[in-house]
Amino acid sequence: MEFYGVEIASRLLLGTAQYPSPAILADAVRAAEVEIVTVSLRRESGRLREGQDFWSLVRHLGLRVLPNTAGCHSVKEAVTTAQMAREIFATNWIKLEVIGEADTLQPDVFGLVEAARILSEDGFAVFPYTTEDLVVAERLVEAGCKVLMPWGAPIGSGKGLNNPFGLRALRAHFPDIPLVVDAGIGLPSHAAGAMELGYDAVLLNTAVAKAGDPVAMARAFAGAVEAGRAAYLAGPMEARDMAAPSTPVFGKPVLAR
Amino acid sequence: MKIIVNGVELELGAATLAGALEALDYAGAVVATALNGHFIAARARETTLLAEGDKIEIVAPRQGG
Repeated sequence: MEFYGVEIASRLLLGTAQYPSPAILADAVRAAEVEIVTVSLRRESGRLREGQDFWSLVRHLGLRVLPNTAGCHSVKEAVTTAQMAREIFATNWIKLEVIGEADTLQPDVFGLVEAARILSEDGFAVFPYTTEDLVVAERLVEAGCKVLMPWGAPIGSGKGLNNPFGLRALRAHFPDIPLVVDAGIGLPSHAAGAMELGYDAVLLNTAVAKAGDPVAMARAFAGAVEAGRAAYLAGPMEARDMAAPSTPVFGKPVLAR
Repeated sequence: MKIIVNGVELELGAATLAGALEALDYAGAVVATALNGHFIAARARETTLLAEGDKIEIVAPRQGG
């Protein structure tokens, strides 16, 4: 799997927020053999310097970082945040979020396309957090996106894949663009489901960070992603409405009177 | 002059963005900056002059999803 020309082996991307401790975050990332983690930018106090220890930890883990523009509600905010992220994290990768609605954290897809165009023209490798809307996806690709990240369900909801039909259609429509289900995944079975649809990867955070045992859950997700991918490659059977006996009917002895 | 740093109004004597960072104990810290909503690259901080009422944002890496 390639993201913007970079070969990536791990199909599980993890967020770094909400873990019980930095040590548990580090253990979870290692347990799942994750290569890419998402990070953010927040206000820093010169006296407290809360972000410096976190950054030391991430650098120590030796992972590739995908900075986000979480919390941005306008194109301008998102673009400025991306510019700051590029400097501080020394990467042109950006997980582009332009939020349009506070309760669902649904992307403002109009602002998203505009910001994606601005950032792509400025040399960014944009990973847009979007919906499963095909037309929006087309616009994002036209704007320069070479990866698409549709939501499974609202961020942090853990509801899984709300619209498998839409996600399947998106996969069929963009066979050559890396697709990542980002947000809403609550269980390993959801992640496996996304992979069985042919998605290239999944990105999640809360489902691992808020688990009773985040390290064990990270491991469970890694297994689910691997199983889902293997199942997709193996060619799943078609579902049908009526039963079809798996045991041969021919040769069954006649025993009824 | 009065400058708003990360949403807090402060009285600062620094003439430049770089001077403000130094005065506010950010020396050596990994931070990025914006002035009045516009990104200011680290290399431009020395030459970025401050004016009364300017709004500075100073950010650092943080956990994110």
